[in-house]
Amino acid sequence: MALLDVKDLRVAFKTADGVVNAVNGINLSLQRGQTLGIVGESGSGKSQLAFAIMGLLARNGTATGSVAFDGLQILNARAEVINPIRANGIAMIFQDPMTSMNPYLRVSDQMAEVLVHHKGMSMTDAVAECVRMLDAVRIPDAKSRVRLYPHEFSGGMRQRVMIAMALLCKPDLLIADEPTTALDVTVQAQIMRLLRDLQRDLGMATILITHDLGVVAGFCEEVIVMYGGQVMEQSPVDPLFAAPSHPYTRGLLRAIPRVDQLGEELASIPGTPPNMMRAPKGCPFAPRCEAAVAACTDQLNALTEFAPSRKRACNRTVEELE
Amino acid sequence: MSAPLLQVEDLHVSFDIRREGDMPWTKPLKLHAVNGVSFTLNPGETLGIVGESGCGKSTLARALIQLVPAAGKVVWQDGTNLLGLSPHEMLKYRREVQMVFQDPLASLNPRMTVGQIIAEPLTTHHPGLSKDEVKARVQAMMEKVGLLANQINRYPHEFSGGQCQRIGIARALIVEPKLLICDEPVSALDVSIQAQVINLLMKLQRELGLAMIFIAHDLSVVKHISDRVMVLYLGRAMEIAGSADLYGKPDHPYTQALLSSVPIPDPAAERAKVTIPLDGDLPSPLAPPSGCVFRTRCLRAAPRCAADVPPLLGGNHQVACHFPGPLMAQAVPAA
Repeated sequence: MALLDVKDLRVAFKTADGVVNAVNGINLSLQRGQTLGIVGESGSGKSQLAFAIMGLLARNGTATGSVAFDGLQILNARAEVINPIRANGIAMIFQDPMTSMNPYLRVSDQMAEVLVHHKGMSMTDAVAECVRMLDAVRIPDAKSRVRLYPHEFSGGMRQRVMIAMALLCKPDLLIADEPTTALDVTVQAQIMRLLRDLQRDLGMATILITHDLGVVAGFCEEVIVMYGGQVMEQSPVDPLFAAPSHPYTRGLLRAIPRVDQLGEELASIPGTPPNMMRAPKGCPFAPRCEAAVAACTDQLNALTEFAPSRKRACNRTVEELE
Repeated sequence: MSAPLLQVEDLHVSFDIRREGDMPWTKPLKLHAVNGVSFTLNPGETLGIVGESGCGKSTLARALIQLVPAAGKVVWQDGTNLLGLSPHEMLKYRREVQMVFQDPLASLNPRMTVGQIIAEPLTTHHPGLSKDEVKARVQAMMEKVGLLANQINRYPHEFSGGQCQRIGIARALIVEPKLLICDEPVSALDVSIQAQVINLLMKLQRELGLAMIFIAHDLSVVKHISDRVMVLYLGRAMEIAGSADLYGKPDHPYTQALLSSVPIPDPAAERAKVTIPLDGDLPSPLAPPSGCVFRTRCLRAAPRCAADVPPLLGGNHQVACHFPGPLMAQAVPAA
């Protein structure tokens, strides 16, 4: 059985201006210990997908479809059902470590709270465990630093504290939402190396949400490319980068300058991402796609397998795109 | 070769830091954000400036156009030292040097129309122009940066981030400057939009013969757009070299570590890559290490590095290091 099974997940937000359809029918499944990357630009719905899984949608958001974690339905589940799963089963790391911690609490207090609440530990035992975990994420002098407040840490150290906090209960699944976007490249390299080591040691499944294809290349086994709330392409990491099958993935890869190659002119994707308030009926990428045909504005083929364990959603075949 | 457009010598910017509980007569601490940076910029050339956050790259840019007080020399093509000019004398040079900022929406006045925003520098520096002439020039500039001329009466919030950045570029270029300073112009944009703006900047630079100072933390973007690149660390220049030279044969251990940290969008290359671990954080700029500021995180650090500040030496490829040289793979400890 898959650890996480998401079927036809849809997320919509009611706003004063109308309904925003952020996620439009996502299917995915994740095995134990697997690493999955979700790539997309802002507004592609990648973060809302994670929030929906964790039951953290904003109050004006509704999610439909099904999310099974270890066989248990957790989408829109009551607090009694989902609360034990949070931290114990699924833990999450957010983009901005400063705003996701309580500035008034010492790190020891907010970390220990997780263990006291979920594992019923005593405060003393919990703090000792927190120090062990801070050691594991390579925070020097963890024993005394655990008494500090979040603002006394640097950005990279704060993200380590967040990772330590997420791993306290040894979750089966870690969702990391842009964990290194706010950090410098050198710190990003440290954090990604740490995540890779921990993922391997603890054998936890990981979903890495990012806009950076470079980070995905180094971390994930499987990649999903999202655009306009839908999956454009799903593939193991090597063939995705070697032979991207979707016009959007191709455009994305051609649009990033490479530090290891000599630059030619960047192939930009013309136009702007779709307004999800008036989501297009057919393929969301059609207005910006150079391979689009008339049919693309009306309907989009479902995500189908076109090569072993690779799937794509496009009206044109791979051969036609060559 | 013609005279350099800009010659910066020994530029210093420092801020007074008062801590909580300090008495009024306590001497404030000095934070040296930029600490003796020198470089030259030729007409039509692009100089990229890279470094981690807090290395002083934005402060450097702001000091060049006197948005923060600085000491040292910033000599313009005509021999004038821009530092120390009165605001009135500076006005003439403000037309020659324009700036594009990081946050595209925050740097545009929300209560002005796009037409008013782009026209403002023009009416400031050329007060004699007639209304029709201003409008014609604004519309021509809008088309040049890829905006539609009929959007002239819209407000900034009606545009996307990429389009707002185009407005910022139009506003900077309308007075036909010789130097454009771009402070992280694409870091707030999505990848596909980022490529559009980079291509636009490069195209305009070619057409108008602009010199550019391009500041970014994204090393790949800087490599793509720059002729020469300067690497900053804690307010000091570590290495300055031609783009291909610096990225191909970096001599400074910091540059090598920085470059090895950049993730490569190619799984095979990414797995084969040797990453130099750069442990710990940037030291506090209030108490920078003695000697070479990078020595606390450097693989090659020796006693000499704590004693002497390494000067920036070399011809076209300048390095500030006592032990410069290419990276030896065996010198990198296993992660």
